[in-house]
Amino acid sequence: MDLTRRTVLKAQAAAAAAAAANVTLPASAQNILTGEDLQLQWSKAPCRFCGTGCGVMVGVKDGKVVATHGDMQAEVNRGLNCVKGYFLSKIMYGSDRLTQPLLRMKNGQFAKDGEFQPVSWDQAFDEMARQFKQVLKEKGPEAVGMFGSGQWTIWEGYAASKLMRAGFRTNNLDPNARHCMASAAVTFIRAFGMDEPMGCYDDFENADAFVLWGSNMAEMHPILWTRVTDRRLSHPHVRIMTLSTYEHRTTDLSDMALIFKPNSDLAIMNYIANYIIQTGAVNREFVEKHCNFRMANTDIGYGLRPDHVLEQRAQHANDAQISSPASFEDYAKLMSQYTVEKASELSGIPKERLEALAKLYADPKVKVMSLWTMGFNQHVRGVWANHMVYNLHLLTGKIAEPGNSPFSLTGQPSACGTAREVGTFSHRLPADMQVNNPEHRKHAEEIWRLPHGLLPEKVGYHAVQQDRMLKDGKLNAYWIMCNNNLQTAPNTNNETYPGYRNPANFVVVSDAYPTVTAMAADLILPAAMWVEKEGAYGNAERRTHFWHQLVNAPGEARSDLWQLVEFSKRFTTDEVWPAAILDANPGYKGKSLYDILFANGEVNKFPLSEIDSAYENREAKAFGFYVQKGLFEEYATFGRGHGHDLAPFEMYHQVRGLRWPVVDGKETLWRYREGLDPYVEKGSGLQFYGNPDKKANIMGAPYEPPAESPDAEYDLWLVTGRVLEHWHSGSMTLRVPELYKAFPGAVVFMHPDDAAKRNLRRGQEVRVVSRRGEIHSRIETRGRNSVPPGLIFVPFFDASQLINKVTLDATDPISKQTDFKKCAVKVVSAATADAGDVP
Amino acid sequence: MRRSVFLVLVSIVPCLAAGTILAQDAPRLRGPDPFTREIPAPPMQRQVTDDVRVRRNYPDQPPVIPHSIEGYAMDLNANKCMSCHARKFTEQSQAPMISVTHYQDRAGNTLGGLSPRRYVCVSCHVPQTTAKPLVENSFTDMDAMTEPERQPERRTR
Repeated sequence: MDLTRRTVLKAQAAAAAAAAANVTLPASAQNILTGEDLQLQWSKAPCRFCGTGCGVMVGVKDGKVVATHGDMQAEVNRGLNCVKGYFLSKIMYGSDRLTQPLLRMKNGQFAKDGEFQPVSWDQAFDEMARQFKQVLKEKGPEAVGMFGSGQWTIWEGYAASKLMRAGFRTNNLDPNARHCMASAAVTFIRAFGMDEPMGCYDDFENADAFVLWGSNMAEMHPILWTRVTDRRLSHPHVRIMTLSTYEHRTTDLSDMALIFKPNSDLAIMNYIANYIIQTGAVNREFVEKHCNFRMANTDIGYGLRPDHVLEQRAQHANDAQISSPASFEDYAKLMSQYTVEKASELSGIPKERLEALAKLYADPKVKVMSLWTMGFNQHVRGVWANHMVYNLHLLTGKIAEPGNSPFSLTGQPSACGTAREVGTFSHRLPADMQVNNPEHRKHAEEIWRLPHGLLPEKVGYHAVQQDRMLKDGKLNAYWIMCNNNLQTAPNTNNETYPGYRNPANFVVVSDAYPTVTAMAADLILPAAMWVEKEGAYGNAERRTHFWHQLVNAPGEARSDLWQLVEFSKRFTTDEVWPAAILDANPGYKGKSLYDILFANGEVNKFPLSEIDSAYENREAKAFGFYVQKGLFEEYATFGRGHGHDLAPFEMYHQVRGLRWPVVDGKETLWRYREGLDPYVEKGSGLQFYGNPDKKANIMGAPYEPPAESPDAEYDLWLVTGRVLEHWHSGSMTLRVPELYKAFPGAVVFMHPDDAAKRNLRRGQEVRVVSRRGEIHSRIETRGRNSVPPGLIFVPFFDASQLINKVTLDATDPISKQTDFKKCAVKVVSAATADAGDVP
Repeated sequence: MRRSVFLVLVSIVPCLAAGTILAQDAPRLRGPDPFTREIPAPPMQRQVTDDVRVRRNYPDQPPVIPHSIEGYAMDLNANKCMSCHARKFTEQSQAPMISVTHYQDRAGNTLGGLSPRRYVCVSCHVPQTTAKPLVENSFTDMDAMTEPERQPERRTR
């Protein structure tokens, strides 16, 4: 940089700014504050964004959040925040906040093709209840559904689960976390019988090597990345190996970047397993004592619509989740196909590099922490990929102890706390229980004080299936809360939007801002957000943390919790439950769902006097009891004594979160290891107690190709994802001027050779076209990402460039999570007319 | 094109009265209207390179970067930012020294130089472009609450 030039510029500009700002003050004026004016009211809260779960201190003055900073006492981040976290103060103050319900109307009546008009909450709920009742009456519970969120507070998710499953008797409840970490959640159950990691963030300070599988932590989990870089730069022996399909800020700081062809991570992991076996690095004693071997069904399809040729052709599309018991020898035989040559050929990574990686896993002296997020989870073989990394840690016994840690990172603040632990998936109940298990339903009915046989056993529609069923007219009354699915679902032009605008459907969106999804709804409900309500989140290391309501929501905006509980008042059991159940249990007749679900003697047990008098709590005041505490305590009974123990409610308002299981007031950092986890029996050393035989499953699975690969016409891989400055669809961060100005729009990251080949220059407008749809964007050949030839990266935060019109709705057939990381596209100049029509 | 974007805004704004849409590329927030329409991509924005310090919104906000960082190395061998912002170079560069908090490790001990946990400057400090905000933000500066009459106008680029 030219220092001289900069210095001159700086002096000139500063003088100009001072003059423009008119900052001259009267000489007599005092220019510092004293006394009361200096005081801010500081309270703790978790960050609103990703699954890291950083602690934030929030400063309030005169009913407004005026400052935030990283919480020094928060173990997760010890005073640091990323740039998004530092700007939390401004996320609630975009001037287009929704402050009153808006209903599509014509001539004073609801009309699907009407214009949005402000209505009262009563009018909004009247119309919504009318629509839901009509659908329930005409088509039954399977035509009603809800799409929730890993950003819901714990009690919001819990209230939604009760309302949908027990109230409306449908399991058509799924969170947007399905798009985010269903593959991780499903594999935890398949491998260990219990969801969520055995280790925790303390592994960062204990590992000798970090292996990142499809995770750009430097941008997506910046504060956890500070713990990785701290370890690497403070301890010279530590190594960082990053596997990715392109180079980015994380590979910049890695000792080795291994850039592989999309989907070939499967072959790489199987090669490492083979290397471990061939070099005698299997920890025989560990494997014999603590592991079972199983072989997965193969040729399992791609989760597309059943009439798609790829599903028709697949041998096990309908029983993809089945696996069968096997021996070590069976597993070793399958792995033996994955030679270094084969892995190198499939992945494009030189053999020496693959060997260097394999050695880290094989060396018993190197403590390895494997980290992954969307690269694994948003993968047509996401469950297999998760299994394969556990296989490496299980074969070597490098698991469940400080520094040896396969660790699944999460993208949303309560993907673990709400989506997984509360069980807002279409197949789950609280505490890892499943809706299709009669014992589990019975247990839930007991805790919820419901008649036996009430809860539905059929697994509901998952996220992608909900969109398909809306389009097909089979799901007709639909409530979307706390997510922006029309921007973030795959193949939206063909599979999502048509369902929202299908005249047979009534679609409700609760949000704080007018998102793409809200604009496509029939009714918009204004939501309170973050510290405008009392809340609880659960982060990626099993840490449950709480916050108080610190400011009021604007206008008539109300929290999702208030909306769910208030709406339940409009239904009686006679309207929504089968007569047979009511006849057998006459005590429930004529009651409102509110009485049954929330004023049930448990949830309404705690009086308003138990609320900390220093804080407002609008929902509790609205219902006349400490509704958050009641919901939490009822929910906690599911897990206490079953390995999911949560501490008493009040304790969480005092501490900076606790990692469950919390037994005798003590949190658990590493599970399954004697001495570290109170659930492990004395003398056993280690027990994977989530499974009945207390063993983990090593799952053998092969490499299989992606659903769609580039060909002569659609000649590029498309990878989608996030950027540091924006979180998910950008509905909060785009409204913070500093974050918006830092990264104001999506671009197409492309290799300079690919651009040259197409006669494209940096900044030029292009069309990104797939078999599904297209967007207009601009070419970027420089900047933070360098993609290899043949691949482009496009972020999804920008609503003016809806890249999910282009993506493919292929999912992992087991977890039903979409693969947003690979499909085939072409890129042509926007000025070229003959690029071909999009079907 | 201008005209059609304007029409989109006009059709949205009346029913969402609270919001003040500022920039012409507001579809970035709400998408095209209707959803299925394809709209041209707005031009890429230029970097702010005027080197003028921007006031922080509150004391703990990391200052934004008023110059380009295109091509800056930040890897295991080099951190280009520190070649101006490290204590020992600030005299010749006249750049602000990194904050004293940046010398502390995770346990709060002061180190002899930049703490490894603060190594990735761009996790918190970001450059700015000349893009105009999409929507007003009504965040209130704490100083404006205590002495509303003495607030200098915020500089707009």
